Amino acid sequence: MLAKKKVQASEWIEVVALKDIPKLGSRVIKTDVMNIAVFRTAKDEVFAVKDQCPHKQGPLSQGIVHGSSVTCPLHNWKIDLASGQALGPDEGCTNIYPVRVEDERVYLKVPAG
Amino acid sequence: MKKKLVLIGNGMAGIRTVEELLKIDDSLYDITVFGSEPYGNYNRIMLSPLLASEKTIDEIMLNDKEWYAQNDITLRAGVTVENIDRINKQVNAGNVKESYDRLIIATGSNPFMLPVPGADLEGVIGFRDIADVENMLTTAKNYKNAVIIGGGLLGLEAANGLMKQGMHVSVVHLSGSLMNRQLDKASSLLLKTSLEERGMKFYMQADTECILGDGHVQEVKFKDGTRIPADLVVMAAGIKPNIALAQQANIYCDRGIVVTDTMQTYDPNIYAVGECVQHRNVCYGLVAPLFDQAKVCANHLAQIGTKQYEGSVISTKLKVTGIDLFSAGQFDEKEGDETLILQDPSQGVYKKLVIRDNAIKGAVLYGDTLDGSWYFQLMREKTDVSGFRNNLLFGQHDLGDAGHGEESRVIAMGDDAEICGCNGVCKGEIVSAIGEKKLFTLDDVRSHTKASSSCGSCTALVEALLASTVGEGYDAAPSVKPICGCTEYSHDQIIAAIKEQQLKDMRSVFEYLNWKTDDGCHICRPAVNYYLLARWPGEYVDDSQSRFINERAHGNIQKDGTYSVVPRMFGGLCTPNDLRAIADACDKYDVPEMKVTGGQRIDMFGVKKEDLPSMWRDLSEAGFVSGHAYGKALRTVKTCAGKTWCRFGTQDSTDLGVKLEQLTWGSWMPHKFKMAVSGCPRNCAEATIKDFGVVCVDSGYELHVGGNGGIKVRVTDFLVKVDTEEEVLEYSAAFAQLYREEAHYLERTAPWVERVGLAYIKQQILEDEQNRKALYERFKYSQQFAQIDPWKQRAEGKQRHEFTPLELVG
Repeated sequence: MLAKKKVQASEWIEVVALKDIPKLGSRVIKTDVMNIAVFRTAKDEVFAVKDQCPHKQGPLSQGIVHGSSVTCPLHNWKIDLASGQALGPDEGCTNIYPVRVEDERVYLKVPAG
Repeated sequence: MKKKLVLIGNGMAGIRTVEELLKIDDSLYDITVFGSEPYGNYNRIMLSPLLASEKTIDEIMLNDKEWYAQNDITLRAGVTVENIDRINKQVNAGNVKESYDRLIIATGSNPFMLPVPGADLEGVIGFRDIADVENMLTTAKNYKNAVIIGGGLLGLEAANGLMKQGMHVSVVHLSGSLMNRQLDKASSLLLKTSLEERGMKFYMQADTECILGDGHVQEVKFKDGTRIPADLVVMAAGIKPNIALAQQANIYCDRGIVVTDTMQTYDPNIYAVGECVQHRNVCYGLVAPLFDQAKVCANHLAQIGTKQYEGSVISTKLKVTGIDLFSAGQFDEKEGDETLILQDPSQGVYKKLVIRDNAIKGAVLYGDTLDGSWYFQLMREKTDVSGFRNNLLFGQHDLGDAGHGEESRVIAMGDDAEICGCNGVCKGEIVSAIGEKKLFTLDDVRSHTKASSSCGSCTALVEALLASTVGEGYDAAPSVKPICGCTEYSHDQIIAAIKEQQLKDMRSVFEYLNWKTDDGCHICRPAVNYYLLARWPGEYVDDSQSRFINERAHGNIQKDGTYSVVPRMFGGLCTPNDLRAIADACDKYDVPEMKVTGGQRIDMFGVKKEDLPSMWRDLSEAGFVSGHAYGKALRTVKTCAGKTWCRFGTQDSTDLGVKLEQLTWGSWMPHKFKMAVSGCPRNCAEATIKDFGVVCVDSGYELHVGGNGGIKVRVTDFLVKVDTEEEVLEYSAAFAQLYREEAHYLERTAPWVERVGLAYIKQQILEDEQNRKALYERFKYSQQFAQIDPWKQRAEGKQRHEFTPLELVG
């Protein structure tokens, strides 16, 4: 399934059906400039963060999701999905993007440019 | 409305209990803490370094007053509770009255003051709190002669500190040997000699008759008439539980406040922890047990009520800089015990282990204490040591911890010496983090410094640093250690619950064992997923979201986010067609690098995740299955040429390797599992550093287990010699199955064999034939479900979402 969409700056774009993101899992959205990871928690909350750990740029989308955080697969940093902040004694932050679910569809607002 | 919890005693035991309680639930109680001393909570075991001016008061403070405020705890520091009114459930301290729903008594202990004439003179003190230390420091400035009564741990630490402050110090000891509660005669003598060289004076077997002085102390007189000058007398002849308040309130006391396994006194609203309690007839005078007691007490205060305190096995270390001393358990042999002794006078090393029924009962180490925590662990877990007894005294390092070799002398290392090679963490960083951030456990150090958090090979070094930095307050990994912060339960308890309670999915495990988090975490979920899979083959449905990415994507994630692909080559054999198929796949998917692996197969690096399924389809069509090079699973069976070609070969090692791999491929394991078959004792396939190795000899097959060529090189233990290939298959599968069913997740066979003991493995596999056959059957049953090639499944569309990115085109 390859969803090709024309992107305008800062508008809501439908990216995927909620059912196509596994619970406690993620999907990767490729844009021209970066990858965005869209996560779905056990309670069907959805979060979108830049797919890059603030530590050594590991792909967060590949990590294990628990509660509303993800553990980076490279060195086990824990990132809070709502804020993009590293948890525990680690310090760092990755970008977050507005995301919403409507009629079981996931919409994402990507930054301009 | 919140209930009221009152704590009497602002020391380590009480505050640790409050901390444990807050960790579980911080909304249950309004908490008030009474403490006689005007400080926050400090680390009492650091009084000795404080006296020796190696630490400052700030450095030994564990919780400053701000901490109490942040946690909404009312601290009444410098306020001494006068009585407990149990009828009105209230404690009284002068004008202050505080009612309680639950009360914790943690009043600690008092120094035992010898009841001799003159004990009340000015200048005669105990060694128990900051005030005592300050008193000693002031005296040291103005006077010369100090006499310490008591040559035990506390007395010697006080003596050392006062000597550092420039005083002439004499130690008076009733017994003939120092630290006679912890040391045998030989080590005691070594200690005495070493302290004498530093200038300490000893009066052994000296019975104090009285202390003389006119207002202020001047002399100590022994029963034999000897008199020695004294400007300061420190009573360090022991401690006694401080039970005055409890007695006054008619709470049942013996030597200490008597508590049950739930840390409750005979008044169920009142709990007691720490040195003031008597549990199962034992009063502890050390810090370590309070960590366990605090957990149990908090568990009941939080109304969970699942924990019991069953007593502690304790060890001691003398905190005198430059003298390494460790003692644990029963150090004097009784009838039926065996003693192992290593003595090297010129190196100042003495090690003694007392062994009964093949388990360590006690240990005394002098001069070289690095292995103290290891012996202590073997002792607490009652590990059968008969399998490695020959090397036991030389330490864990000699059992295969070759990774760090001589660097292991961690105490002697410089601050810039690297401890953790994975994360580049030096000794100085770890030591200062332990001090500044008040770290007590290995997990604390891991999360704050990253040391020992990757491959784990430096764990023993970090533990040694913790032990030497925080003394016996170091919260040595308890034998029942929770697998992660989501649960109170250990690996063994989880494995047992899954089996006994027939728990068949993750939700049931989390509910039955009261998981604290909804979804677990990256540590417990993969472990529980494995345990369920291993216990219920064919029933439990693997949860891919609980797999580490390598196992979810069936390839090894590389640092740039691409994956590597390693097809299985049974026994390392391949054909020109195999190699052509691999070459074609590399061309087709632009593989930037290929490499021959140590396990005799080919690794293709740099494959894009979205290409994986189609590349696997091509490989699958050429006859390959996944090599599981990414998994906690059976990896490879390495082989040598064998007798088909090799002039030395005694058996067909390649063919046996292929058979072994055909039997075992696809099986999930607690950790990676490697095998090898060598065709003769020259052992070209390096079978003796594998999890399971076969060395062929003319008359049959030698089977070796528990080897490791990785982090810690460990040579296998010889299991048995068998006559036929069929037996090799049966024994290998039985061993693998025992490991699959009983080892902890992420525990390689090497540490597992060391933990449970080779004797146990032999008993399960060699002595009990029925058991071996049953293990073999269970392995084969499980393989029906495991030997389905995950690559082929994914090439056919399973879990397509995992490999398909979505695109936004700007």
